[in-house]
Amino acid sequence: MSSRLITTDVLVIGGGLAGERCAIEAAAAGQEALILSLVPPRRSHSCAAQGGMQAALANCAKASGDSSTVHFLDTVRGSDWGADQEVANIFAEEAPIAVRELAHFGVPWSRVRGGKNHYFIKGEEVDIDEDIESDGLIGQRDFGGTAKWRACYAAAGTGHAALYAVDSEVVRLGITVRDRTEAVALIHDGSRCVGAVVRDLRNGSHFAVMAKATVIATGGYGRVYGQYTSNATINEGTGASIALDTGVVPLGNMEAVQFHPTTLSPSGILVTEGCRGDGGYLLDKNGDRFMVEAEPVKQELASRDVVSRHMQQHMRDGFGIDSPYGPHLWLDIRHLGEEHLRTKLLEVWDICRDFVGRNPAEELIPVRPTQHYSMGGVRVNKDGQAYGLAGLFAVGEASCWDMHGFNRLGGNSLAETLVSGRIVGREVAKYASGHELRADTGLAFAALADAEQRAAGWLARSGAGPNVYEIRDAMGETMMHKVGIFRKGDELDEAVAEIGQLLDDCDNAVLRCKDPGVNPELAFALRLKGMLRLAMTVARGAQARTESRGAHYRSDFPLRNDRDWLNRTLVRWGADENEPSFSYEPTGIIDLPPGHRGYGSDERIEMTDSLDHYNEDVLQVQTGHGRLASTEDMGSRLRRGAWKAITG
Amino acid sequence: MSDTAQARRLRVEIFRYNPEDENSEPHTDVFELDETPFMTLYIALNQIREKQDPGLQFDFACRSAICGSCAMMVNGRPALACRTLTSDLPEKIQLYPLPTFKLIGDLSVDTGTWFREMAEKTEAWIHERMPFDPDAVEERMSDDVAAAIYEGDRCIECGCCVASCGLANVDDSFLAGAGLNRVARFMMDPRDSRSDSEWFDVVAGDQGVFACIGMMACEDVCPKELPLLEVYAYLRRKTLGARFLAKGDTAK
Repeated sequence: MSSRLITTDVLVIGGGLAGERCAIEAAAAGQEALILSLVPPRRSHSCAAQGGMQAALANCAKASGDSSTVHFLDTVRGSDWGADQEVANIFAEEAPIAVRELAHFGVPWSRVRGGKNHYFIKGEEVDIDEDIESDGLIGQRDFGGTAKWRACYAAAGTGHAALYAVDSEVVRLGITVRDRTEAVALIHDGSRCVGAVVRDLRNGSHFAVMAKATVIATGGYGRVYGQYTSNATINEGTGASIALDTGVVPLGNMEAVQFHPTTLSPSGILVTEGCRGDGGYLLDKNGDRFMVEAEPVKQELASRDVVSRHMQQHMRDGFGIDSPYGPHLWLDIRHLGEEHLRTKLLEVWDICRDFVGRNPAEELIPVRPTQHYSMGGVRVNKDGQAYGLAGLFAVGEASCWDMHGFNRLGGNSLAETLVSGRIVGREVAKYASGHELRADTGLAFAALADAEQRAAGWLARSGAGPNVYEIRDAMGETMMHKVGIFRKGDELDEAVAEIGQLLDDCDNAVLRCKDPGVNPELAFALRLKGMLRLAMTVARGAQARTESRGAHYRSDFPLRNDRDWLNRTLVRWGADENEPSFSYEPTGIIDLPPGHRGYGSDERIEMTDSLDHYNEDVLQVQTGHGRLASTEDMGSRLRRGAWKAITG
Repeated sequence: MSDTAQARRLRVEIFRYNPEDENSEPHTDVFELDETPFMTLYIALNQIREKQDPGLQFDFACRSAICGSCAMMVNGRPALACRTLTSDLPEKIQLYPLPTFKLIGDLSVDTGTWFREMAEKTEAWIHERMPFDPDAVEERMSDDVAAAIYEGDRCIECGCCVASCGLANVDDSFLAGAGLNRVARFMMDPRDSRSDSEWFDVVAGDQGVFACIGMMACEDVCPKELPLLEVYAYLRRKTLGARFLAKGDTAK
C-alpha cells in the first residue's frame, strides 16, 4: 500500500490481547477496524504471559467461597489502595465472562480433575478431593496476594494460548492487521483525536490514518529499564509516549512500576509466579526459605512488591548467591516432580533448559527481581476514554484504567486485557457510530510532514555526537539502580539530573547508519526521546511522592501515607515543553476504607479526612483534571459495602 | 561454556541484502566478536549491530523462545536465534534468512503474511456450535482432551518447519508442518463444529497431508518439539476415515 492517507472507523494501535479484543468488539458492532502492530500480532508480548488469568470461578476445592467480591478485595488490597475501586469492581465482576469467552474462542484451559489431587501448599504435601461434580470445569491454581485459588491457566503458556485464540477471531472477522508498523504521532487539534501518523517498518515510509476513534493498546514501558526487564524488546512505551507528546493527555501513576520476584538471572526472562503458586520455594545461599520468616502468613505468595523487596533486602544483607552478573537467589521447584514440571509448568522447563542449561526437576533456578509491569499509563475514565482528548482511548497495560493502583496482582493483567478490551471496545464502537470521520486532511498532512521532518532531521545530523544505544544503556542503569525497587530522595535527584543530561545527549546524538529503508538505528532513534521522557516522568513522579505505596517504595519515607498521598499522579508534558507538569487527583470513589493488606507492613499514616468528604467531590476534581464524561455515571458500578459480607 | 574457559573469537558470516536500497546486492559480511558466558545469538547480533554495523536487520521480540520472531538459518539449519547458545556452535557461524518467506532485509523475513494467509485458507478458528452466552457456565471438557489440544496449540509459528520442508521450498501452497498442525489442533477440538468430511478438502488436496514426502525435517527442527509425525498420522487416519469408512462423520 503506497497511499499516504488512509481512513478507517476505528484505529487500534497495538496487536496484543487488549488491542485485538477491543478491535473484535468494535468490528462486531459494525465498525471498520484497522490494527497496527510492531510485529505480527501473535508475536506481541501478551504471548509471553505464563502462569494464569484471574477470574473468580470457584471451581476447585481451594477456590471454594470465592466470588467477585473476594476478587475485588484482593485487587484493592494488592493495589495498596491506589486503584479506582469502581474499576476494580467492574473488572472482578466481568473476569469470569472473559475467561469463559476465551474457552469459547478455543483456549484449552486446564480443567478440574474430579477425585484425589496431589498438591504442595506452603511447604506441605497434601491430597485434596476435588468434587466429582466439578470435573471438566476450568481449573485454577494459586497465585500471590489472593485469598483463593483463582488463576485459570493453560500450562505455563496461558498468554500464548489466549493470544492465538483471540487472533483467530480477528482473522475470522476479517479485521485488517498492518504488521510491522508503528504509530509515531497522534493527529489531533487539542480537543479531539482523529488518527495517527504511522511509520512503515518494512520500508521506512510514513503514512497517516484518519479514524473516528483511536485506541492506544501498545503495552508497557518496561524497556526504559534497559536490559533490567522481563519485557520484550518491543515494550518501549511508544503509545504512552505519543499520548504524552500531545500535552493535553495526562499519564497516570508513572512511578508505579512492578518488579517481578522471579526472573532468570542474568537474562531477566520471566519465570512464572505459578511456580510458587504450585508450591515452589525461594531459597537463599544457605538453602533457607527466608520468606517463611519474612511473611509468616503468605510466605512466598505475598504480593509481588512485597516479595521483591524481601528478596532485594536479603541479597543486600549478604544472603544472595554471587555470580559474575551480581547476586541472585534460588527458586526451588524440584519437589514438584518432573511430570508436573513437564505438563503444568512446561514453558518453565523449556526456559530453564534453553537459557541456563538446567533441569528444574534436579537443579535450582537462579532468579532475581526485575522490572516487569507498568501500572502507569495513559489516564482514562472507566470507559477507556483518555483524559483531555475526545476520540482517544487506551486499553490494557498502556492505560491507567486504573484497577492496579500501585501494585498489580499476578494474573490480573491478562484478565484485564480481555475484560477491558470488551468494555472499551464497546465504548469505542459507540463513539465511532456517533461521530463523523473528520475530513480535516490539513491536520493529518501537517502531522505527517512533521514526522517525516523528524526522521530526515536525524539522518541529516552529522559529526561525532553521542550514540543512541549508549544513551539507552545509560538510561537503563540509572532507572534500575536509582528508580528501582528501593528508592531514596538523593538517588532520585541524581536520576532526574542524569536523565536530563541524556535528553540533551539525545538531541545531539548522531546516527552512523544512513541506509534507505527502515534503517534499524533510525527506527530506534525515533523512539529514544519518547523513552527518555517516559523515564523522566517515572523518576520525577517517584521523587515527588514522599511515601511508600505498593511497588513505589521510598526508604526515606517507608510508610504508606493515606493522609497526604491517597491520590493518583497525573503528568502532562507537551513535546515542545521543557518541563513536565504534575498534578494529583483522588483515586476514585473509595468504598473499601484504607487498611492493612494482609501481608507486608501494617504501619501507615492514617487518613484524617473522612471517606464521605473524600468521596464528595471526586467527579468534580477528576473532571477538572481532564476526565471526560463516561457513558454511565461515576460510581454506578460500585457495589457499595458488598465487601462487608466477606470481612464481617 | 564455563567461566574459566579461554574466550573464543567468533567469526559470524551474515547474509546481507536491503531491497529498499537500489545499490544493495545480495552478499555476505563477516563480523568478529569475543564470546562471553551464556552468549546467545540474540546477544551476539545486537552486539554486532550496536558496535559494528548499525544497519543490520534482524527480528527479536520476547528473546525467550515463545514469540517466534527470530527464526533464521544457523549454520544451514532453521533455529530460533534467541535460544541458540554460541557455545553450542563452532567458532565460524553462518547466518542466513529463512527461505520460503519473503525477505524484508538481511535476516528479517515476512512470516506474518504467510501465517495469516494459512489461517485464512484453513479457517483456523473455532467454528462455533452456538453463540457465546456470557451468563452460562463453561462447557465441560476433560483435562486430558484440554492437554491434547494444548499440545497442538503450542506451535509458535516461527516458520522453522516451513523453511526446512523440501516441499514448501518448491510449492508455496503447501501447508507444511505449522499449517497441518494447526488443522489437526482444530480437528481434535470438540468445540469446533466442522465434520471430518468438511475437513477433507483442506487436508486431502495437493496442499495437504498426502502431499508430504515424509522427510520429516520439520520435526527435527521444531523448537517446541511438537510431535509432527504423530500429527500427520492423525490427519491421514481421520481423512481416510472420513472418505472410506464412515457413512456419516466419524467421532472426534
